[in-house]
Amino acid sequence: MISIENVCIHAGKFRLENICLSIPSGQFGVLMGRTGCGKTTILESIIGLRRIQSGRIRLFDQDVTDMNPAARGVGYVPQDGALFSGMTVRDHLAFALMIRRAGSRQIQQRVDELADLLGISHLLKRTPAGLSGGERQRVALGRALSFRPRVLCLDEPLSALDAETRSQMCELLKSVSRKTHVTTLHVTHNPEEAELLGECRLQFADGKIECLTKA
Amino acid sequence: MSRPSPDESGYPVNAASIRLSNAVFFISLGILAGAYVLLIVGMLVADTYYMTSHTASAAADADADAGWYAGLVRGPLGRALADSKIRYSIWLSLITCTLSAVLSLLVAVPAGYLMSRHRFPGRRLLDAVLDVPIVLPPLVIGLSLLILFQYPPLSYLARQIVYQIPAVVLAQFSVACAFAVRTMKATFDHIDPRCEQVAISLGCSRVQAFGWVVLPEAGRGMMTAFTLAWARSLGEFGPLLIFAGATRMKTEVLSTSVFLEMNVGNIDMAVAVSMIMVVAAMLVLILTRLCGTPA
Repeated sequence: MISIENVCIHAGKFRLENICLSIPSGQFGVLMGRTGCGKTTILESIIGLRRIQSGRIRLFDQDVTDMNPAARGVGYVPQDGALFSGMTVRDHLAFALMIRRAGSRQIQQRVDELADLLGISHLLKRTPAGLSGGERQRVALGRALSFRPRVLCLDEPLSALDAETRSQMCELLKSVSRKTHVTTLHVTHNPEEAELLGECRLQFADGKIECLTKA
Repeated sequence: MSRPSPDESGYPVNAASIRLSNAVFFISLGILAGAYVLLIVGMLVADTYYMTSHTASAAADADADAGWYAGLVRGPLGRALADSKIRYSIWLSLITCTLSAVLSLLVAVPAGYLMSRHRFPGRRLLDAVLDVPIVLPPLVIGLSLLILFQYPPLSYLARQIVYQIPAVVLAQFSVACAFAVRTMKATFDHIDPRCEQVAISLGCSRVQAFGWVVLPEAGRGMMTAFTLAWARSLGEFGPLLIFAGATRMKTEVLSTSVFLEMNVGNIDMAVAVSMIMVVAAMLVLILTRLCGTPA
């Protein structure tokens, strides 16, 4: 599970105080809130990209508050995908396993499995330059899932997509969540997305996170 | 009958005066920019004309049978290329510029990355210090290097460096590196830090994220920084004169050659060496345009 307890984050004049959040294991959590309210800041603190002033962050009962982001095992999909421009789609899916020094057979197997899951087998040799918005997000999702993370953090991954691609991606996210059982935190300002995807829906307003779904 | 106004504010915009204003604006831009472009092109054309007219008169003086080739050989450029001192200076320039550009890149990549990505106490001061070689008069840099090598621990190395070939590289590097650092900082500023953050979340150490994700994206910027440092080193003169001296067949580079030839009143030779530098600088400029910036 993802658990945030009384977390305080200060970034210049921007302050978040006593934030609490909990998403049960294997569930798809959606955090909603207005643009600029600090959703991404919370997400970054879970991934380990942002220092917190106080409080604790736990992933599956392990305290990761002071842990290096590289060791937390959190898959991260940023808003624009942030693909590596010099790498092919295959390189993206293999990257995390290559860093972990996995064998070439295991890497090959995992790349094929992910490409199949996300419907990007035909793109494996392409570089990000020619990919559409939806394709880029599929690759970013595959890259984040490649090392079988316990937790997946999605930062408004559908916000730049057109309506049709967005609904396809919603279906894909649902099926990925069902198949992989990865505990997910999806940040969005779109209530429709939250309604469609969220098993656990959270609303962030006035500095407090309120759970909209019954436990 | 007056034309109906497209809006209902009661203050119609005069289309004719806007057209006139736009025309004046673009003509002014064209004149101001064009004057400078003319100055640059004029200088290059004058150099080329001077060279060709002197080569042509040398050809006229040569035997009629020998033809234009003899004229070229007897012309200023031919004589410059045949002169062993100038040949030495060409080779020394090529080698020292390449060395100082490599050293500049070696320093500029980490310095540019540090300045671009990290916020730390004294960052603004460091930023200002990195600009010092750009704003200081070149002669002052040469003199400062000379003074620096008077004091330990560098004074122990002074005999091997000052007025020797290493001084040429060090003087070129001192100025060129500042330009390379600026270029690399701008390059890293343009690379989305998100990619690096994603790489870290995927299990990379900082070094791995830098090596696998940031550096490949900075390739074009590195090429620009290298060529800029190279071209800057080629044109360096003031610090060289003071810190490395202008000894023929020892610390003489192309810019020093121009100075030495001018000193003895040999303008033909000075222009010929200048033309060699113009060609080298043009090649670097073309290389930068082709590789440095995306089309």
